[in-house]
Amino acid sequence: MTEMGASGTASAAGTATHGAAETPDGPRRAAATWLIRGARSASGEPEDLLIRDGVIAETGRGLAAAGAAVIDADGLIALPGLVDLHTHLREPGREDAETVATGTAAAALGGFTAVHAMANTEPAADTAGVVEQVWRLGRQAGRSDVYPVGAVTQGLAGAQLAELGAMADSAARVRIFSDDGRCVSDALLMRRALEYVKAFDGVIAQHAQEPRLTEDAQLNEGEMAGKLGLAGWPAVAEEAVIARDCLLAAHVDSRLHICHVSTAGSVEIIRWAKSKGWRVTAEVTPHHLLLTDELAASYDPVYKVNPPLRTAVDVTALRAGLADGTIDCVATDHAPHPAEDKETEWAVAAFGMTGLETALRAVQEAMVDTGLLDWAGVADRMSVRPALIGRLTGHGQPLRAGAAACLTLYDPSSRAQVDPSASPSKSRNTPFAGMALPGRVIATFLRGSPSVIDGKLT
Amino acid sequence: MNRHLISAGDLTRDDALLILDTADELARMSDRPIKKLPTLRGRTVVNLFFEDSTRTRISFEAAAKRLSADVINFSAKGSSVAKGESLKDTAQTLEAMGADGVVIRHSASGAPHRLAGWVRGSVVNAGDGTHEHPTQALLDAFTMRRRLGRLEGLRVTIVGDILHSRVARSNVLLLHTLGADVTLVGPPTLQPVAVDTWPCAVSYDLTATVPKSDVIMMLRVQQERMKAAFFPSVREYSRRYGLDAARMGMLPEHAIVMHPGPMNRGVEIAAEVADAPRSTVVEQVANGVSVRMAVLYLLLGGMAVPA
Repeated sequence: MTEMGASGTASAAGTATHGAAETPDGPRRAAATWLIRGARSASGEPEDLLIRDGVIAETGRGLAAAGAAVIDADGLIALPGLVDLHTHLREPGREDAETVATGTAAAALGGFTAVHAMANTEPAADTAGVVEQVWRLGRQAGRSDVYPVGAVTQGLAGAQLAELGAMADSAARVRIFSDDGRCVSDALLMRRALEYVKAFDGVIAQHAQEPRLTEDAQLNEGEMAGKLGLAGWPAVAEEAVIARDCLLAAHVDSRLHICHVSTAGSVEIIRWAKSKGWRVTAEVTPHHLLLTDELAASYDPVYKVNPPLRTAVDVTALRAGLADGTIDCVATDHAPHPAEDKETEWAVAAFGMTGLETALRAVQEAMVDTGLLDWAGVADRMSVRPALIGRLTGHGQPLRAGAAACLTLYDPSSRAQVDPSASPSKSRNTPFAGMALPGRVIATFLRGSPSVIDGKLT
Repeated sequence: MNRHLISAGDLTRDDALLILDTADELARMSDRPIKKLPTLRGRTVVNLFFEDSTRTRISFEAAAKRLSADVINFSAKGSSVAKGESLKDTAQTLEAMGADGVVIRHSASGAPHRLAGWVRGSVVNAGDGTHEHPTQALLDAFTMRRRLGRLEGLRVTIVGDILHSRVARSNVLLLHTLGADVTLVGPPTLQPVAVDTWPCAVSYDLTATVPKSDVIMMLRVQQERMKAAFFPSVREYSRRYGLDAARMGMLPEHAIVMHPGPMNRGVEIAAEVADAPRSTVVEQVANGVSVRMAVLYLLLGGMAVPA
């Protein structure tokens, strides 16, 4: 899809497509001038985008620029660079599963320009030192911005608050705090955390899972778990915590974000909390929008995830919730695991699925091709709103002149099987392997630098 | 018939009847002075037991040996599994040894499914976690048919910890396929939340169900369930869901009492019930060998059974 502009542009284009030397602190590719021709904006009209010096310099029809590398984007959709509130990049500690560099490569291929990295690393991201390390690794990798999520409690142990203020004031400027992987189940600690982060406009992202109701839980409690003899993970264990936390957030007038909402009942509770005007936001994963617990019949742990895949009724409610805005955004919960943690019996396998590269395609399948959401809606749920929740200023902006040139070009007309072996991620645990999904990310730009061109990493 | 026997639900009515009829023929062989048949000579059967179960392992071992198969017993204790070897590595070892059949017992539900994806031989599920135990269901059906002459329309009551019982799951599936009417009885805490989707009836009241039973099958209840608040005390469980002499007296005259073993005498079954003439506990063990012979014979494609 890339074509060179007029003579004299070769050096600019060459720099961008072949990549410049890495620099320790800055973006790895020198800025160039790009002219994207005829991409459909989220509102549906084709227009040209001129990118210069990291920002969108101009939009409109029939733009021209000397020295620009030109992308013919006829038939492609231009979306603001996607923002993921929920990934596990595994670094530091589990570099065998993923690193910041490999995870952000997968992110770029999925159209993301900003990802939040959860705190359950080894050591946990519960100090300014660790969050700054992750933040710096992201800067060095340079393919998408990495925003560390800080732990709510020390070591994610659920006993004592981590130094939330120090993380907020660090170079990483943490605004989202979560013990994700574990629930902040202590009601008093949750209340205090919600109150405390008000001082710096933070938000607590809760992994809603009542621990006693989910001891040894393996699969959604229902027909499949009963049939398969797998210990049940009941919907109420999620819903009870969400209800409690909505009430707590209202009581202290703070911001609560609900991670990976997975049940119809949770959608109802969040809808009710929002109707009260409470500051509650929520995310849903692509896999919960598309897959159900029936897949567990094979006992293949690639379908083992926390919260578990639920039922078709839940999938329908989650889609409706995302469509009407009850659920604010899509977040991948990208959770890479090495093969040996998945090629096992179900009960001993690790929870989690990769998701960065397939998120937009899965959302097209679940939401766009079903008529539930248009592309403006996708831009809102996958870029604008998550950026707002994370208080990111350089992401989630409409593609207008003056905005940072963070965007992705997407071809919705193709359809192909998901091939895990083609992934730059260190892990292969995608539940979509072998499934045909629509769409293909053609290009991703981070502040004017292409991280993906022609569907390939630069 | 499938290459593997992993779930009782995989068996069609014809499959199940073929196994039971074959077991009938093989049972007649075992009344002969020389019990051994040459049908699986040269075949290798591996008993892969990741969970202690001497009775089931011995039953499969006897079945394979009576068919002249070479039997390798692999017990997880003291083996490479204890050193952290994965099920997949174990499967590859079995492949290298050329196992024609693998009998697997495992504490994880679904382990036989996983194994079947990694080996070429036939996999026989000898009990996986809280999922299934299909040869137990087959030997139970075999025992019922021998004692009562039929399975179609038979009223079978299964009592106890349904939630954690692989015996109950396999029996419900197989007996449904064979036309029996199953009722599950136990406290609500020990029944799966979606048990209403199973092809059977459900009750919380043992006393009301006993008189309407041709077969009553008591499941072993593990005392550690009490700690997880499934029931308040062993005594209370026994009073509400145990089969004592008084409840046995309410059974129809022809009805039989079954138990897959090992029994907790005085908990789910009173000693005098366990030892009563209508109890089939010992018979079930004997029938287990015939049924497992039939399964191995049919899955491993032995020669015709000599008349």
